[in-house]
Amino acid sequence: MLKSLHENKKIQLIIGLIIGIFFGFFLQKGGVTNYNIIIGQLLLTDFTVFKVMLSAVIVGMLGVYLLRSLGYAQLHPKPGSLGATVIGGLIFGAGFAVLGYCPGTVAGAVGQGFLDALLGGIIGMLIGAGLFASMYPKLQKKILHKGYFGEVTFPELLKVNPWVIIIPLAIVLTALLFWMENIGL
Amino acid sequence: MLELLYLEQWSPYIAGAGIGVLSWFAFLLSDKPIGCSTAFTRTSGMIEHIFRGSKVDEKPYYKKFTPTIDWEWMLVLGVIIGAFVSSMISGVFQLQWVPSTWAASFGNSYSLRWIAALIGGILLGIGSRWAGGCTSGHGISGTLQLAASSWVAFICFFAGGVAAAYFIFNILGS
Repeated sequence: MLKSLHENKKIQLIIGLIIGIFFGFFLQKGGVTNYNIIIGQLLLTDFTVFKVMLSAVIVGMLGVYLLRSLGYAQLHPKPGSLGATVIGGLIFGAGFAVLGYCPGTVAGAVGQGFLDALLGGIIGMLIGAGLFASMYPKLQKKILHKGYFGEVTFPELLKVNPWVIIIPLAIVLTALLFWMENIGL
Repeated sequence: MLELLYLEQWSPYIAGAGIGVLSWFAFLLSDKPIGCSTAFTRTSGMIEHIFRGSKVDEKPYYKKFTPTIDWEWMLVLGVIIGAFVSSMISGVFQLQWVPSTWAASFGNSYSLRWIAALIGGILLGIGSRWAGGCTSGHGISGTLQLAASSWVAFICFFAGGVAAAYFIFNILGS
């Protein structure tokens, strides 16, 4: 039944929209569509962004891996390489700080009425994505494959049952959040 | 329960947990991780298509990410709607050009903030596709799958972001 649902393109577009609406709602309610909060995180004075992300990762990880163990979900890890992930990640970080939003939160910021997000952020991202598409053949040949490490997850890398990593990691990340709360971050 | 919807801001843990639960549904119902940045590539391709026609489809990157409306594109549209609804019912929706933290260091000029946002957007557009994902695709969906690439990306996003923010606010803006 799930397979036929996954293959139904029209229903998938509607599911995508509904998940997006909830995502935007949670991002806005979490405060992370706000420039001041994102810049506060990057200046290490406000840890809201970390708190939202870590909570999402803990809850998401437990549920998604449980669905997978029960046979209801498959993982889709992205490939990585030093040339793509590290260099791209650092360029992304610079853009993150200059704009003050990321690709998801910039859309949320538009919904909240922030015009710098709409006329600067969205238009800039479209230009940037277009530039990348033009540079892609050259980058692909020269840089993106350098130091390739593939579509691998930590349990695969360490050849262990995923739960051996998930349970301790969930405990450590939860403890980290409690500790941050305790010292007043 | 209903009062929760009218609140201006939730505890970050509740909002984050909500996003985590949402990721279960994305995997279960759509067999996809939540992500945002490919929608910008597809839209950019659609716009280029208006000016250059089908030649655009020949670009290798647009063969990988065809300039069409897909699941993730609808998701980003949904994010705009969801944030709009959330900010309207809590009464914080407001048209605003210059955020206060920016104004405190660089003043209230619309054009200066616009140019910075545009440059930031360009870097973000290049960087997210270069790294193969953004703060949602790598930062949340990838890390929760324990993907090695996404933990590396997450660290680089914030290392780059913290360094650049320090430079912008403590060196340029001081």
